[in-house]
Amino acid sequence: MFGKPSRTGRTLQYVALTGYLIFLGFPLVWLVSTAFKPPRELVQLHPTLIPANPTVQNFVQAFTEQELGRAALNSLQVSLASAVLTVLVALPASYALARFRTKLGTAALGWVLLSQLFPFVLLIIPIFLILREVGLANTHAGLVLIYVVWALPFALWMLQGFVRNIPRELEEAASVDGASRLQILRQVVFPLLAPGIVATALFSFISAWNEFFFALVLLKTPELATLPVTLARFVGIEGTARLGPLAAGSLLATLPSLIFFAFMQRRLSSGSLAGAVKG
Amino acid sequence: MTTVAERPDVARAEGPRAARSRSDRMGIYLLLLPSLLPIVVLSVFPLLRGIYLGFTDARAGRNVEVSFTGLANYRELLGDELFWNSFKIGLLWAVGVTVLQFVLALGLALLLNQQLRFRGAARVLAVVPWAMPPVVVGILWKLVYHPDAGLLNEFFHRVGADGLRTNWLGDFSTALPAVIIVGVWAGMPQTTVVLLAGLQGVPRELHEAAAVDGAGTWHRFRNVTLPALAPVIVAITSLDFIWNFNSFGLVYVLTAGGPGGKTMLPMLFAYEEAFRYGNYGYAAALGNAMVLIIVALLAVYLRRRLREAN
Repeated sequence: MFGKPSRTGRTLQYVALTGYLIFLGFPLVWLVSTAFKPPRELVQLHPTLIPANPTVQNFVQAFTEQELGRAALNSLQVSLASAVLTVLVALPASYALARFRTKLGTAALGWVLLSQLFPFVLLIIPIFLILREVGLANTHAGLVLIYVVWALPFALWMLQGFVRNIPRELEEAASVDGASRLQILRQVVFPLLAPGIVATALFSFISAWNEFFFALVLLKTPELATLPVTLARFVGIEGTARLGPLAAGSLLATLPSLIFFAFMQRRLSSGSLAGAVKG
Repeated sequence: MTTVAERPDVARAEGPRAARSRSDRMGIYLLLLPSLLPIVVLSVFPLLRGIYLGFTDARAGRNVEVSFTGLANYRELLGDELFWNSFKIGLLWAVGVTVLQFVLALGLALLLNQQLRFRGAARVLAVVPWAMPPVVVGILWKLVYHPDAGLLNEFFHRVGADGLRTNWLGDFSTALPAVIIVGVWAGMPQTTVVLLAGLQGVPRELHEAAAVDGAGTWHRFRNVTLPALAPVIVAITSLDFIWNFNSFGLVYVLTAGGPGGKTMLPMLFAYEEAFRYGNYGYAAALGNAMVLIIVALLAVYLRRRLREAN
């Protein structure tokens, strides 16, 4: 892009790139290394970068220790329910948004942008009060509801893009052949939408899986806590030897999003999802 | 001025046809309803109620009488030293993280836009922090900063700089900078990806023309790349600032606001007010104040950028 740089220029570029790789990479290496260290190496005076006797003991411990295992199951339940519900609710609306221009649709998208401005504190207190009134505070169902609403705006935006990519002519052709609106949707549109549906479901799964604040405030019973909340509580009761299972649990908690990002890599690097997943 | 994400797919929506039948319109609303209803009930309505709560003396507990108190909460905020302290920390954090994030991300995006070796590895690495749950990012950096078993202190020991070893997150003077570094690490990937996408949209011909005119690398960066990238930069730094100012989970895990309130971001402060002390009205007022401040700061920033552009 800048033409051929001089040799010193090139060298400087590699020095800078190395700096970035160290800054970005070493903390990750440290997490992985801690997760595989046996307790003795965790408490030794001068820790090493690579474990001398790597072990999977921490993973076993993280899982069998009731709390993390149960928390992972809770997270799985909540995230799956959020993903399925989000898609079911967003599907009809995204079709309408893509095929017909309505003021309502524009208003919905405007709301998405506006709502970014407002801190969660303003939302969480009324939501907490509403859920308590209908008896859904401190339940997974209540949390799922919040996650669906939270994922919905972006899910709508994403899905309607996929609908737009289905040529309108296909629907018109089916209509000429005498298919009803519903038949067209079921037999023409939905099958072609499959990749979009998968992407949307994955997105809402991940945002529920990673979410911390609402789960922290809305679930009071420890048995109901999701993985991020349980991990965060683990941090409080540290002792150096506990770091191993904590790191192992954290690593496992990252896997779903890593898979999602690998799946979305191409879209991400093309920048089309750039504003999508809030950091 | 254009927005960050060009969405060519949106441009071809059907124009409002003059005669859209009534039953058609009903059908459209029926399709939209399942999405709009939850958004209105659990997003629009709570937000409005939250804004209103900021003007009341609402407290936790059932059957507590709530009365409208007008600006009383805000008068109290003005005199609340803890709030001002937290607000100052929030500004330092949000501006610090956003600026560092931007500078580092721009550098990385420029590098990734070149034909360099290891570019693939760097691209993957650059996205990984983005994929991590904020709580895990917090835990990860707690391990790095750990006073005994931490990577950073061990590094200083190995290079013979034992004097620099410290309890990074527990020391009054290092806690905030340490937390800001984590914020930069966590948010840099997204900014890098957006800037990289922007860089790839800068027309090659412009560079070639400038090169023919004898412009050096720096001049081309200053006079070709930066102006072409300006809209993207303004958009992403604004969003980053909003997100950072409203951030919660990361610092909650790292320090929970400590030591001695040195990292008590406004969101953490509001959370404590609401859910530890049960002062719903006061916490909502804090939220309202934060929105006002963000909007005011963004307005100043955007106006200056706009004036520069003209």
